[in-house]
Amino acid sequence: MNDQVLFELKGISKSFVKGKQEISIFKNLNMSINKGDFLAIMGPSGSGKTTLLNMLGGVDQPTKGDLLFGGDNISRYSESKLAQWRADHVGFIFQFYNLMPMLTAARNVELPLLLKNLNRSQRKKSIETALKLVGLEERAKHIPAELSGGQQQRVAIARAIVSDPDILLCDEPTGDLDRKTAVEILEILQLLNSEFNKTLVMVTHDPEAAKYASQTLHLDKGEFVEQELAV
Amino acid sequence: MNALLAQIAAVVVMNIRSLPQRKWMSLATLLAVAIVVAVLLAFLAMGEGFRATVGNSGSDNLAIAMRAGSQAELNSVLMRDQVNLLETAPGIRKDASGPLTSAELYVIVDGIKRSTDSEVNLPLRGISPRGIELREGVQLTDGRMFSPGTNEIIVGSGVLREFSGFDLGQKVKLGNATWNVVGVFDTGGSVFESELWADARSVQSQFNRGSSYQLMRIALSTPGDLSAIEEFIAADPRLNLDVWTEKQFYGEQAKATSDLIFYLGWPLAIAMALGALAGALNTMYTSVAQRAVEIATLRAIGFGNVSAFFGTLVEALVLAFLGGILGTIAAFMLFDGISASTLGGNFSQIVFSFEMSASAFQDGIVLALVIGFIGGFFPAWRAARLPVIVAFRSMG
Ligand SMILES: Nc1ncnc2c1ncn2[C@@H]1O[C@H](COP(=O)(O)OP(=O)(O)O)[C@@H](O)[C@H]1O
Ligand SMILES: [Mg+2]
Repeated sequence: MNDQVLFELKGISKSFVKGKQEISIFKNLNMSINKGDFLAIMGPSGSGKTTLLNMLGGVDQPTKGDLLFGGDNISRYSESKLAQWRADHVGFIFQFYNLMPMLTAARNVELPLLLKNLNRSQRKKSIETALKLVGLEERAKHIPAELSGGQQQRVAIARAIVSDPDILLCDEPTGDLDRKTAVEILEILQLLNSEFNKTLVMVTHDPEAAKYASQTLHLDKGEFVEQELAV
Repeated sequence: MNALLAQIAAVVVMNIRSLPQRKWMSLATLLAVAIVVAVLLAFLAMGEGFRATVGNSGSDNLAIAMRAGSQAELNSVLMRDQVNLLETAPGIRKDASGPLTSAELYVIVDGIKRSTDSEVNLPLRGISPRGIELREGVQLTDGRMFSPGTNEIIVGSGVLREFSGFDLGQKVKLGNATWNVVGVFDTGGSVFESELWADARSVQSQFNRGSSYQLMRIALSTPGDLSAIEEFIAADPRLNLDVWTEKQFYGEQAKATSDLIFYLGWPLAIAMALGALAGALNTMYTSVAQRAVEIATLRAIGFGNVSAFFGTLVEALVLAFLGGILGTIAAFMLFDGISASTLGGNFSQIVFSFEMSASAFQDGIVLALVIGFIGGFFPAWRAARLPVIVAFRSMG
């Protein structure tokens, strides 16, 4: 089960045009992600970690190459098909949580469920389950401004998992949190991987955070490099 | 389909709830729309009120004869022998004292307006002693009728209300002579309400008009039937006259002026609407910029760009609609039923009331929604086209 391939990147290149210059970020990148992986991606700032994660999430397109998800080439999908694909398969967790400031925790968690044909009570049940899993069922009625950073990130995790996606994509999920809170978040992510068999890809520049993953890739100058763990 | 509606509803609710973040801007837009709608409604109410006042003045029992082609009363001249001849025409109602007609003339005098204390033109009409009988709904409410051959006047209740110096018993200087106010008449809101009446012969002599008149009012023996008089006029080359029923005559006079009000009001409202539109666009572009991360986050979650589009568009429509309602209420409170006077078709003061109509309200709300739609459409388009990776760049 665990060695079943979920994602496959084949000859991915990505470049931006900045002014008259073309800046290449990746050239001919190849990798695969298996179901049940907890993959950490590390690398210096500007090495393209976020860009890679965006491409995995179907919100950014490679300049060249194929992105296979369960054998389907998602880099060929139309804008609206990609949105539907994201709703079905992907959960995003952002560095700055990206909660809707006007909505309560429960309403924020509900958002992905609005894309499914679920009735009110089905949605209510899913929201409760997700908030319970991150230990925030008592804060369901609070708006983000009334929650701490760690609590907001937990709401964001609940939102990412509420529709039971195949893969969670986390961009510096602890980048804005203190060490103790970061550990709480990382433990939740690890739990999602070990107990709920979720596939996770986590971008981080923090080696401590990367330790929670089962595998770490180092990105530098557009390539994956083997790297001894810094001592 | 349900899911799409749920998406759109969720985004709309979020946008509306985030309005307080942009409250001054949103309020300014709302007020701009309200002002545009109020101005439009004021013009429409003015046109409507004018039409109601003047258009209601006419009767089918009465006719008006003027020199052919003269259109307006002031352009017309009738000499005494023509008047005497026309009185013998068939189709005119007669009673014990003869045919029921009134040969009249009309001069402009100055009146002092109460509200502005300024001099404004007022019509002084010379009528026959039976002139009142040739106007439906007119009655003396105070004092008495003028005596033939004297410098006595009776004044319309509109004149009494809007101008100073015309109270019963007062002496007023009009032209070179002094006149005594001996009576007040009420017309139930027709054009005559803003006139002064005196004996036609007195007006002729005091204003050097010799024996000329401008028109003749005629009571018809059969309501609405002008044929006998028209035949009589056609058969006699000395009578080069046009004749209308009173209703036809005032209908045409009113139409020209109320059309003018509409044609002035709409362009002004539209010019102002363009200003409000610029404000709405600015507000909505700001809204999209402020919500960029939210919009992109929703898109990353899987929301379609349709919901981003409608969320923004509906926000603009809600603002504009509220503005439209506010403008309507303001216009209603400020203008409905207020009395005004304006230059009539023949350059005299006509007193009328603004009248708010259901169709004017509808026009106002439609104009507000058009501003909201255009003001929301382009920002909504931008919202729909926002790149999703904005969500990942937030604050970073
Ligand atoms: N939309 C864009 N246009 C131009 N350059 C971009 C764009 N997005 C990212 N880049 C550039 O690509 C490189 C990688 O960015 P990013 O993936 O955000 O790096 P990381 O997340 O590893 O810090 C950076 O040099 C960045 O400036
Ligand atoms: Mg990054």
